[in-house]
Amino acid sequence: MTPAGSDDLTQVLFARDEVAPDEAPPAAPARRSLVSRRPLGDTVFRTTAFAAGGITVAIMLAVGFFLTLRGGDALSVAGPSFLTTQEWSPETRTFGIAAILAGTVTIALVAMTFSVPLAMGTALLISEVVPPRVRTLLVSLVDLMAAVPSVVYGLWGLFFLQQNVIPVAQWISHYFGWIPVLAVTDSDGTPLTDASQFTSSAFIAGMVVALMVAPTQTSVMREAFSQAPVGEREGALALGSTRWGMIRTVVLPFGRGGIIGGTMLGLGRALGETIAVYLIISPIFTINTEVLKTGSNSVSALIALRYGEASEFGLSALMAAGLALFLITLVINFTASSIVARSRSGAQSEG
Amino acid sequence: MSIDDTMTAIVGAAPAPRGTGTMDATASADAVALARTFRPVATDEPIGPRRRMSGATAEDAFNLTGALGAAVAVATLLFGWFTPMTGAVGWAVVTYLLFVVVYALLVALRATGQEVTDRVMTALLYSAAALLIAALVFVVCFAVFRGLPALLNLNSFVQTMEPAGPLDPLSVGGIAHAIVGTLIQISIALSITVPLGIATAVFMNEIGGRFARFVRTISDAMTALPSIVAGLFVYSAVIQLITHERSGFAASLAITVMMLPIVIRASDVVLRLVPGNLREASYALGSSRWRTVWHVVLPTARSGLVTAVILGTARGIGETSPVLLTSGVTAVMNLNPFSGPMISLPLQVFDFVKSPEPNMIARGFGAAATLILLVLLLFIVARVIGGKGPGQLSARQRRARATRSRDDLLRIEGRRSAAALAAPDPSSAPDTRAVPATPPTKDLP
Repeated sequence: MTPAGSDDLTQVLFARDEVAPDEAPPAAPARRSLVSRRPLGDTVFRTTAFAAGGITVAIMLAVGFFLTLRGGDALSVAGPSFLTTQEWSPETRTFGIAAILAGTVTIALVAMTFSVPLAMGTALLISEVVPPRVRTLLVSLVDLMAAVPSVVYGLWGLFFLQQNVIPVAQWISHYFGWIPVLAVTDSDGTPLTDASQFTSSAFIAGMVVALMVAPTQTSVMREAFSQAPVGEREGALALGSTRWGMIRTVVLPFGRGGIIGGTMLGLGRALGETIAVYLIISPIFTINTEVLKTGSNSVSALIALRYGEASEFGLSALMAAGLALFLITLVINFTASSIVARSRSGAQSEG
Repeated sequence: MSIDDTMTAIVGAAPAPRGTGTMDATASADAVALARTFRPVATDEPIGPRRRMSGATAEDAFNLTGALGAAVAVATLLFGWFTPMTGAVGWAVVTYLLFVVVYALLVALRATGQEVTDRVMTALLYSAAALLIAALVFVVCFAVFRGLPALLNLNSFVQTMEPAGPLDPLSVGGIAHAIVGTLIQISIALSITVPLGIATAVFMNEIGGRFARFVRTISDAMTALPSIVAGLFVYSAVIQLITHERSGFAASLAITVMMLPIVIRASDVVLRLVPGNLREASYALGSSRWRTVWHVVLPTARSGLVTAVILGTARGIGETSPVLLTSGVTAVMNLNPFSGPMISLPLQVFDFVKSPEPNMIARGFGAAATLILLVLLLFIVARVIGGKGPGQLSARQRRARATRSRDDLLRIEGRRSAAALAAPDPSSAPDTRAVPATPPTKDLP
């Protein structure tokens, strides 16, 4: 960047403009070609990398196309009633995802109700409050929990939570039964108190799924919180704010993208969770709005339940249900990533 | 002492008015001119007691214990005597709410509103984290504890379930076939996922372009694929159309479809962290794109890539739903992934606990504990290898790199002197070490 160098460069660049148009440029050097010949290794590398990308896309598109293709049979038979029918009997050609989709969403919402506050609190504690040595330990612990297989959570739900949570459910429905969602009633609206009415509910499945997705959510949120710029944190503290004031004014606004992204990631996993839900719920094919009451369903549990006995057409119907689930998780995923991309998370502060 | 010597103070600035906005330019110039370095003189001013910067004060401790005691007492009174409320859960909930209220009141005796909010929110954060982590640790410990009876029978690890019926004791039969099945399936899945996933991530990061953006969009979309749908896809595309039987290979394919987006995304994040100036330095030295990737980008990101792959493996090993539809259930050892059903650990757990027999359930917990230990092992390996940012080296790696660098220098020097001997040009021979003063258009030798 010496002045002489830039002068030379300027002369080379503008040599054409300086010469008069009528006389040929005598001393101007021949224009160098700026395109390099690509070495053989590079060509091979580019081709391989392109091929890898292509194969990946091919696999992914194959999944999408195959689901659409195979699910198409069932969809064309069912038509729009696929979205409104509650029953599931492809043999008699009356089937729809209204009930199982409602069950799936209920379980996922219960899971989010438990997991998001817990995950957010844990993430804030890890990134803002505890001393560094404890932080390293907790980060490792949470990451390890995120890798624990879902069947382990399912076992816990089936053999521990199922029996021990019934008094809790009864207590909630006794004191908060005036909220329609938390009531447990029979078809006439009479409150039920029998313990057998509280087992295998969306509430229990949701709690298990909440524990399963909370570590992932914690991990994503902590990552976002810990990137909040030091300068702004110190600025808030220097203006006399307390730690919570600093968290509220700097860390939470900065980490909003991470909070939403983590929540959505957990929601996607909660919607698709199979084994834990399958082990806990008792499948029904009607919409059950009372989360504490026995009986619920989910798309993936339905697939796990029915794939074995399914005829060709039954499998097509399951494919259609899987496709619907995939589309929902896809929408959630894209919404989350666009929100995260628009937020300030990950941006550097000045100074 | 040296710090004292260099301490600088603007002597003339001290009597100047505080409002620097009103100070004119000459005054500030005078102040700068008067600045000098001085050494603070020790006076007989008393030095105050050293302040404690960390830890809780006695007041904090009293507030916490007091609030807890009051909450327990009031809740017990409410539940035992004053109201008809019953139940341990209700007691815990009421106690906790009372604790928060009493704690806020106690802090408010001595502090301002902001500080009260701060203390209460900190207490809430601690309770959220304690609840979540205690629950998670309990889940894992529950499985391991219930699995101990099966694990303590060492035949679990060497026998299959072939000789054992549902009523046989735990000393007969084991899960060796499931362990072997898991290892075979995950190996096949890894041998597809790792090259393909890392190559795709490299493609997205190092080559770029419109197609690379498309690949990124697609692979991001696929992270949303529910794992049961991956199993369903392989079931109908591979098993129903081609093989017509469930096999370990089909299960591997299902795991691959599920793991591939995870590995791609994690590797992509790691590769993006490679500092751009390393890449630019490599290109500036004239290396090709391929050499830059192979010698600069991938080695820099190695530990992160290994971590990404291992964590993806942990997810792939533990996922039940893709293998549920594709691998089939068997009680015998099957070493051939291409024919016959081959069970894996998570599916074996699922299969065991569907049985009503207590012994089978105990075996299920044993298999789950084995799975947890396997994941724990993978996790520890990932922590030991990874956990460092790109380009951060251990002392041994730094020494190895320095040695390699010296060897390179010797090799280059040797080649250069050999070239000088081969071409005995008197004018160029003494100049070999200097930077050649060539015009920029000429290629370097």
